[in-house]
Amino acid sequence: MSAIKYLIVGSSHAGLSAMEAIRTKDSDGSIVLLTQEEHLPYSPTILPYVVSGDVDAARVTLVDEAALNACNVRLRKGAKVVEVSPASRTVTLQSGEELGYERLLLAAGAEPTLPHIPGLRETPHYVLRTLDDAIRLHGAARESESAVLVGAGLIGMHLAEGLRRVGLRVSLVEALPHVLPAYFDSEAAGLIQDVFRQNNVNVFTGSPIAGVSASKGCCIVSLASGTELSGEMLVVCAGVKSRTQFLAHSGVEVDEGVVVTDTMRTSIERIWAAGDVSQAKSFFDGRKRVHATLPSAVEQGRLAGMDMAQDETLSPYPGGIAMNTYRCFGRRSFCVGLTDDSQVAQDTEVDRVFLPASEQYQKLVYRGDRLVGASCINSPMDPGVMVQIIRRGIDLGAMRKQLSSSPLETGRSLMAGIWG
Amino acid sequence: MGRAYNTIQFHPAKCDGCNKCMEACAGSHGGKNDPVHSRIKVTRAADHQEFTTAYCHQCGEPRCAMNCPAGALVKDPDTGVVTLREERCVGCHLCTLTCPYAGITHDPTVDRVIKCDFCGGEPECVKACPRFALEIKTAANVYNVWGDLEDLFVPGLSACQGCNSELLIRHTLRRVGPNTVLATPPGCVAGAGAVGYNERTGTKIPVFHPLLTNTASMLAGIRRYYNRIGRDVTVLALAGDGGAADVGFQSLSGAAERGEQILYICIDNEGYMNTGTQRSGTTPYGAWTSTTPVGEMLRGKTRDSKPLALIMVMHNCEYVATASMAFMEDYYAKLDKAIKACKKGMAFIQVFSPCPTGWRHPTGKVIEVSRKAVETNMLPLWEYEREEGRIRFTRSVANPQPVEVYLKLLGKFRHLNKEQIEYIQRKTEERIELLGRWAPAGGTGEKK
Repeated sequence: MSAIKYLIVGSSHAGLSAMEAIRTKDSDGSIVLLTQEEHLPYSPTILPYVVSGDVDAARVTLVDEAALNACNVRLRKGAKVVEVSPASRTVTLQSGEELGYERLLLAAGAEPTLPHIPGLRETPHYVLRTLDDAIRLHGAARESESAVLVGAGLIGMHLAEGLRRVGLRVSLVEALPHVLPAYFDSEAAGLIQDVFRQNNVNVFTGSPIAGVSASKGCCIVSLASGTELSGEMLVVCAGVKSRTQFLAHSGVEVDEGVVVTDTMRTSIERIWAAGDVSQAKSFFDGRKRVHATLPSAVEQGRLAGMDMAQDETLSPYPGGIAMNTYRCFGRRSFCVGLTDDSQVAQDTEVDRVFLPASEQYQKLVYRGDRLVGASCINSPMDPGVMVQIIRRGIDLGAMRKQLSSSPLETGRSLMAGIWG
Repeated sequence: MGRAYNTIQFHPAKCDGCNKCMEACAGSHGGKNDPVHSRIKVTRAADHQEFTTAYCHQCGEPRCAMNCPAGALVKDPDTGVVTLREERCVGCHLCTLTCPYAGITHDPTVDRVIKCDFCGGEPECVKACPRFALEIKTAANVYNVWGDLEDLFVPGLSACQGCNSELLIRHTLRRVGPNTVLATPPGCVAGAGAVGYNERTGTKIPVFHPLLTNTASMLAGIRRYYNRIGRDVTVLALAGDGGAADVGFQSLSGAAERGEQILYICIDNEGYMNTGTQRSGTTPYGAWTSTTPVGEMLRGKTRDSKPLALIMVMHNCEYVATASMAFMEDYYAKLDKAIKACKKGMAFIQVFSPCPTGWRHPTGKVIEVSRKAVETNMLPLWEYEREEGRIRFTRSVANPQPVEVYLKLLGKFRHLNKEQIEYIQRKTEERIELLGRWAPAGGTGEKK
């Protein structure tokens, strides 16, 4: 059997983005997309909405069979890759089947990590990473009255809200001092925590867990503080880790994720990596990290696809920037760049507006006259414009004050003058 | 071929922040005129003179669609519109984070994201703007409608780098089509090999090389012959300004007066370029040429150019127009009319054709030069149809830029002194006023 020209392991955002970039340049080269699941491509980001019932599990598909056929891409479901052999340029599936490749993209994503908490592994619990997880959780939520969630990152927060809105009693436990520690500082997080408490979600921050056990169909979660929580459902959303186990004998350089260059190449020729599985340069300090966000997966996948197809219009990866939007109970927020407490270093200045009465929070972080971070709750400005101001390293000069006082109008004016 | 799409263009200098575009947009999407519902946003930053707009650019690689976890944003291949499928949207707002243009925004009153849907092809905002600050650009039509036509010139023509004439002749012949006999008198077009080289023609249709003096009479004879034997064959001239305005004018004038059925395109590069940049009747005042040099005694051409197209109007031609390659849709629209008109009588189009070699400007600037000539009114775009009996501007001549904006682009005007520039400005305005006298009342061409 002849080698597949472009073999892509993983059919979520990085893989799909790469597929589109390849087809833009190469309309004929064979592309095969592998997914270990039995589902058509979907986004893990949609899953909390499936759990809450806002989205039907049958309607999460991002690209269907017809669309794949239209661009001459073959999707193979239930095709888990267990081995990659660069010497023979083959990958081995769990079934034993071997597939030959000319170019290989590792877009295998990440999977939930289980923190080392005594009793956790032995206690029945849910995770949320796959559509099957979401369907299970959705079903369990309809039968349960209470839930304990471990981890107040984006998944935990979305799930807590979703379960609360369908009527469960929800307790949310976070070991670090505040919710959403990767994105917001303590002040902004405090605002969000208040919203959750107003909506009767019990939020415990700064609360490491001493142990977990099961009793009479419920979980018992014992906090280090001594408090005991119980719930019919235990959900662990304490972070994800790049899926790299299948690369153990491949020779591909792996650290926390698959280490890649500025064009998404791994240490082995003809093999690329993109998305949650990869470890790529960061925008601000150049160090390589796993950038486990949707926008990073899309961007990296696109670059990998362009490099694989030898698209000469490719520009190298400028580096990952943390960014995300977050909505809860009708409020809206976003953050981009250096925003949380640990990241804001001595050489930055912060312009902050905090109006707790109207639940408005706006923090703009500058290094000299350049914006390096923006973090906002219920504040009128264009998130995408702020991202561009940061990405382009625009020297704001006298406009810096204006940007802080009227970020919407000033941002749009900058856009019109520079990149719009 | 692929598809191109029409787009909306904003002219900040014309906007006065009246918000009628926002009211119209809001009103046509749900009934209330409140600008909060508008998909196009007009704002002004403090201390800024100009207003800014933010609206969806219907990107070719839409970041919003690529980043949507719900598959709620899809680019429609037929219309080019990035469509928001509200029933799939979960309100995560990742689109607002990944759009660099604030083209998709949150409407807090309905707690949903909103974006421009192009109003099915006739945007309400464009219609509503009283100052023409929003314009719909239809250049895509050229690509979509004519893009599949065959280029009937051969590859390998040896025109100068950046030559405007090569662009012009290829587009013209594609559109005029294969049922054509072509005359290319001595000049750059023939010199580049259009008439032929190595014992083969430079075209895929019959082509011949008349004398510089008799293009129009030869075409007249050919057309009359085909008429006699009952075949409708288009006869087309691609003639330089030397052949049309000067030594070939006698035969052109006679053919026009007799109503010969000819499509005569004058490629006006304002001089005899093929033979070394000598001045012609259409060389403008002040221009350097090899026969109007710059030195102690002379500062370029001392006479104004002959308004050739206007002179052709006086011959009772069926159709006369001026054109510029920087306004391609305008040229295609004029070619349409000229092709119909030449079945009845003479159709004459004078196409402005910058020559980087003879006019001394960078070879990559031909289109910018073609555009600035129009925007400064040195080349007003107009047409004349015998049935109408009037001149009509096809692009507004109101609010032109000063002529210097055009003159400074060209090496052939490098030597101009203040008096000469003032003279050119004055003469340009006089020409517009003269043309305006033939136009309908109020017809400076300011159109929606």
